[in-house]
Amino acid sequence: MTDTQTRPAGHADARPEPTGPDLPRLGWRGTLRFVWAQLTSMRTALVLLFALAVAAIPGSLVPQRRISPVRVDDFIAAHPTLGPIYDKVGLFGVYSSPWFSAVYLLLFVSLVGCIVPRLRVYTRALRAQPPRTPRNLRRLPAYATAEIPAEDTEGAATVLERAARELKRQHYRVRVEEGSVAAERGYLREAGNLVFHISLLFLLLGVAVGALWGYRGSSVVIVGQGFSNSVTQYDDLTAGAWFKATSLKPFNVVVKDFQVKFETGPVQTGAARLFRADLDVTEAPGDPTKPVALEVNHPLRVDGSTVHLIGHGYAPIVTVKDGQGNVAYSGPVVFLPQDGNFTSAGVVKVPDARPQRIALQGFFLPSAVQQGDQAPTSAFPDALNPALFVNVWSGAPVPETGKPENVYSLDTTGLTQVKGDDGAPLRIALQPGQGVTLPNGLGSVQLDGWSRWVKLQVGDSPGAALALGSIAFAVLGLCLSLFVRPRRVWVRLANRAEGEQGSTVVEIGGLDRADARGGLTDDVDDLAHHLTTGLAGPQAQKEASTT
Amino acid sequence: MNYSYYSSVALVSSVVVYLLAFFAHAAEWAAARREPAAEEIVQRELVTAGPAGGAPVEVDRIESYARSLADARLADLRVEQFNRMGVFLTVLGFLLSVIGVVGRGLAAGRAPWGNMYEFTTLALVFVVAAYLLMVWKAGLGWLGLPVTLLVTVGNGLAVTVFYVAVAPLVPALHSVWFLIHITAAAIAGAAFNVGGLMSILYILKKRAEDRGQVTGYLARVPSSRRIDLITYRFHAFAFPLWTFTVAAGAIWAEYAWGRYWGWDPKETWALVTWVVYACYLHARSTAGWRGSKAAVIAIVGLASFWFNFIGINLLVSGLHSYAGV
Repeated sequence: MTDTQTRPAGHADARPEPTGPDLPRLGWRGTLRFVWAQLTSMRTALVLLFALAVAAIPGSLVPQRRISPVRVDDFIAAHPTLGPIYDKVGLFGVYSSPWFSAVYLLLFVSLVGCIVPRLRVYTRALRAQPPRTPRNLRRLPAYATAEIPAEDTEGAATVLERAARELKRQHYRVRVEEGSVAAERGYLREAGNLVFHISLLFLLLGVAVGALWGYRGSSVVIVGQGFSNSVTQYDDLTAGAWFKATSLKPFNVVVKDFQVKFETGPVQTGAARLFRADLDVTEAPGDPTKPVALEVNHPLRVDGSTVHLIGHGYAPIVTVKDGQGNVAYSGPVVFLPQDGNFTSAGVVKVPDARPQRIALQGFFLPSAVQQGDQAPTSAFPDALNPALFVNVWSGAPVPETGKPENVYSLDTTGLTQVKGDDGAPLRIALQPGQGVTLPNGLGSVQLDGWSRWVKLQVGDSPGAALALGSIAFAVLGLCLSLFVRPRRVWVRLANRAEGEQGSTVVEIGGLDRADARGGLTDDVDDLAHHLTTGLAGPQAQKEASTT
Repeated sequence: MNYSYYSSVALVSSVVVYLLAFFAHAAEWAAARREPAAEEIVQRELVTAGPAGGAPVEVDRIESYARSLADARLADLRVEQFNRMGVFLTVLGFLLSVIGVVGRGLAAGRAPWGNMYEFTTLALVFVVAAYLLMVWKAGLGWLGLPVTLLVTVGNGLAVTVFYVAVAPLVPALHSVWFLIHITAAAIAGAAFNVGGLMSILYILKKRAEDRGQVTGYLARVPSSRRIDLITYRFHAFAFPLWTFTVAAGAIWAEYAWGRYWGWDPKETWALVTWVVYACYLHARSTAGWRGSKAAVIAIVGLASFWFNFIGINLLVSGLHSYAGV
């Protein structure tokens, strides 16, 4: 009965579809019109929605370049035939692939084609009067009559007026006609529907603004060191097409301290419990610095950019003396965590060592555990038993080329691995404070201690407020479009039957125009009751039907 | 007080009690299957007894009519009794699972929805709460069988497979959005689950109606039109809430990870679920898609919700890896 949700008025489905084979030729305008009608039909929208859902799925199952390029490379290495095919069809970048873009852009075109005519219909409906009273109210889903006794002449005379007043009080739009009252309410349902769909367009706009002008980059900063917001300081930086490097705000942060705690109890041992970086922030050169605590979920906002704490790790502090006894390198070196227990891999490059340049490659283990003959591993993410395990490489010095190279991996061209006395590759194991002299007069290595580093992510998503605001409106519109009940009610003085004694009978009919919470019959009965009570004379007769 | 222990005991007991409730509803179904409803007999007998001629035959007929009517009433009573037993046991199981969830929160000293185990038990509390509310307010007792099956399996999986001991949260979850995002997800998920169960019932009922033979349990379920309406209302409630859940997640992601949308597998599947339910709402108002087709879409939506919860948590690594299993 209330399941009468209909296609929105003005929707393209309402148009006749010229698909018959015996129709005259459409011509190019007709063809365009036909294509437009097809594209904006509800059926197409449904298909496109399905397509969107299906197209989004592979991106969650196949590794994505934008999320983890390393896993993409692993995937391609593991699937030599499938990998390149996946790459060709864009499966490693689903959400920026042409086919995914095509689906959502078509969907939004279809959305516009749906909204525009409906907006027109709605603006007309907003000014329109409720529809005229139908001839037979008895046929409506809810129907009731109220009888006002003959002696109550005043009640009879004012019944339509009172009905109109009562309906207005219930926020109906009321049209008073000769001998009847027509009322309608629930215009907000369609308004909510339109607001929802228009909000989706603004959401897309917000996302587009973020994609064009936004940027996000990250930088590894060792505790005690700082970061200045300029392009050269970033380890990686992704930015929108219309982003300008000069728009980076010149703020500066110094990481004073980084506290981290891990679960030591029996449950979820090793799970992170606290990350907290203490920063000194200078908003612009010359400004006073202020101390800020940076935590997960509590980003720092500086001059339109946000700074997030998104990672951390260990940096062993190493001093390398060369064969001539000079300190060729001294300081912390960033090692990258490889697992949940922070087994960290890294390279110490000492190009300035003489007579031979030196490189150390290996692992830093915060809680080193050695089991039998196996390679030592870290058993806990905190630094309970820190140790450095490295192999040593040496080679003739090479002139500085100025070419950027990966600081985390070692190019062994021109280097030979240093062997121990037993002829096997030399393996050095150091605990903080320990040092070792390298063979062949290469020099010495000392592990002075260790430090931590944090990974700071700096970025700006300019459209975020627009996108989130749009979603807020979308939810609001959605609620209106789902919960507002458009309803029409008519009240009419019944034709008096022949010979009937002067009592006045009014008929009341009600119609729900969309799926609603019910209660239509009750409301119509209530109105009948309202029109007959508070008057002199016997209780009026009521009749209700729910066909 | 060892809250953790009592919480576990209460939740394990709730599985047993829900299972008994399921048996009671299964018995109800079986009893309804054997006997046609009383009204049907009345109708049949009236049709056959009506135009009959001689007096002795009529007495016979009336006697047999009275007997079969009494039998049918008795069967009805039996069905009714099993139903009440099932609902009573469900209330008991509900109380136990509430104790379990609250105890878990007390034991952990935080909101009890930080991992898969806790989320499942919480969401199923909402499922049963919604079901019992509808039993009380709208006479949805016929939903007992599928709901008790769902919560038995769900809570059963939770206490066996998903169980993890009480532990504090990782720093990423220390946020007010932890309360907002996850409660909304649990409530929306509960409504989707009830809606999905009703969609299945709708399809069964509709098929029986189309074949013209509605018997047994299905005869006691309301008409397909009415099921469709209630199903729609559950989804109409859940969909804006799910939209809000995704939006709240986006705001939280902006705080936690510095981007409001990053195509993390969990985010992707939340969107897929949202789009499928959007399909459902559109299908319901598109000619040729109403009824069973829309119901199938709702079931696909529920499947996608489940995959997002179980599949993504256990099979795919992403930023939302909080299962702890």
